Amino acid sequence: MQAAEGKVLKYGDNVDTDVIIPARYLAIQDKEELASHAMEDIDPEFRSKLMAGDIVVGGKNFGCGSSREHAPQVLQTSGVGCVIAESFARIFYRNALNIGLPIVEAPDAAKEIKDGDRVKVDFDAGVITDETTGKTYEAAPFPPFLQKMIEVGGLVNYVNEKM
Amino acid sequence: MAMTMSQKILAKHAGLDEVKAGQLIMAKVDLVHGNDITTPVAIREMKKMKQETVFDKDKVVFVMDHFVPNKDITSAKCTQMCRNFATEQGLKNYFDVGKMGIEHALIPEQGLIVAGELSVGADSHTCTYGALGAFSTGVGSTDMAAAMATGELWFKVPAAIKVNLVGKKQKWISGKDVILHLIGEIGVDGALYQSLEFTGPGVGELSMDDRFTICNMAIEAGAKNGIFPVDDKTVDYINAHATKPYTVYEADPDAEYAREITIDLGSLKSTVSFPHLPENTHEIGSFGEIKIDQSVIGSCTNGRIQDIREAAEILRGRKVAPNVRCIVIPATQEIYLEMLKEDLARVFIEAGAVVSTPTCGPCLGGYMGILAPHERCVSTTNRNFVGRMGDTTSEVYLASPAVAAASAVTGRISGPAELGL
Repeated sequence: MQAAEGKVLKYGDNVDTDVIIPARYLAIQDKEELASHAMEDIDPEFRSKLMAGDIVVGGKNFGCGSSREHAPQVLQTSGVGCVIAESFARIFYRNALNIGLPIVEAPDAAKEIKDGDRVKVDFDAGVITDETTGKTYEAAPFPPFLQKMIEVGGLVNYVNEKM
Repeated sequence: MAMTMSQKILAKHAGLDEVKAGQLIMAKVDLVHGNDITTPVAIREMKKMKQETVFDKDKVVFVMDHFVPNKDITSAKCTQMCRNFATEQGLKNYFDVGKMGIEHALIPEQGLIVAGELSVGADSHTCTYGALGAFSTGVGSTDMAAAMATGELWFKVPAAIKVNLVGKKQKWISGKDVILHLIGEIGVDGALYQSLEFTGPGVGELSMDDRFTICNMAIEAGAKNGIFPVDDKTVDYINAHATKPYTVYEADPDAEYAREITIDLGSLKSTVSFPHLPENTHEIGSFGEIKIDQSVIGSCTNGRIQDIREAAEILRGRKVAPNVRCIVIPATQEIYLEMLKEDLARVFIEAGAVVSTPTCGPCLGGYMGILAPHERCVSTTNRNFVGRMGDTTSEVYLASPAVAAASAVTGRISGPAELGL
């Protein structure tokens, strides 16, 4: 799996799916148009600050709230390379992996990495490197089943392979 | 090995004798559902799959409820896409305007879910059906697509928190106060990845509507599911609504729990969650004057007949305060009809409230009661995140139907006691 590398955009605890993508936009079917509203209720500058491959870092319970898959989808479409958090809300966690958005639960990394740092996430080795501070962190590997699902590109491909 | 109630249902559906917390399993689902927001995404994902038809026309359910009756052209296109797919696939259970209700009130009411079943829905509040002794959890649209196509899905077996309910609740205290109190105790991630298993002598004190409300907000503590044991009230409810057979599962007496919590229903007071997290709970009487602009009574959390009756009892013969908009939304057509039979719509309209067709509407800032900058709403809904009901500077206070109704009368967040009730 290809490593993610980019600058960090950092947020706090309980980043909920209503701020990741407000419900008033959920009927929009065009992915790019929908993604243009990503994070606008928590950080109106998000889209202008984000470069393709950048890494979002959150605190505890990232992605809590609604089951809307639009949330990981707008982050992915916007170009987010990876989300690191102390913990993830479980539906967001499933949704991100199912659509192939890499996410990593790493409490120490999520606490210590600062906004603007350059970070590299090596998924295969399970290592997060903060290139700004030089510090490295362990990222827990996915269980084999999820690794396989991520490798084939998400749940749809996984189901197709089984059929 | 001893198992919790949730683990037993998962084991059965995975074809295994036993499962343990943390284990990844593939399990067969008895019901898959989605709404007008999540289903279009699921349809798009299913169209990428080799499997072209749903696994069972009876077990895939679409409920148009979030932005329905269509609030604008984009939402009209979403329901059109769902409607066309439902027709193509010959789905038996497609609920649109005139038959729809808010999914988590409608699906149990229609008898589509019973005790012992495993259900997934592309809506986070799918955990509601745990009130019936089912394992039910919210998933995303790609999960919904996979489950629609194959009839099975991957699950990580959850550990559980045991919530022991004791005592007898006082007048005006309802399921909403129980769950808000619990979320205040353990926090919005207090049950992350876990089941909330309710048990104890206090269970019998709770109506089915109370139990639906409690399980509905299990997700607000981060839980995978909430679940109640099956008792006479559950069986009566299932017999009144469903025709399919049900199965009763009980947790093993020596099942392991990650944590045990006891709630004395008798000591609970009316509880309010302040912005912007459901865990920011305060009891009525413990805070000063908080003026409101709007009161919403409805949603998948509190739009059932018991909720409507409680609100009506408070608003009967009283008037909604000047400068307050009170919006009452029965959760299903059947509840709406019951409200008319009991002449409760008249009570609300005479009080100066508005009565709406069933819809999720304002709960998620969709329509039918959006807040302007700096406005404040007391609401029986389930989330009070930033911008949830409108402008990012507006505020939502979560409370029971009794508090929302009393507050509508006084114009500030109040319990029924302030009205001498």
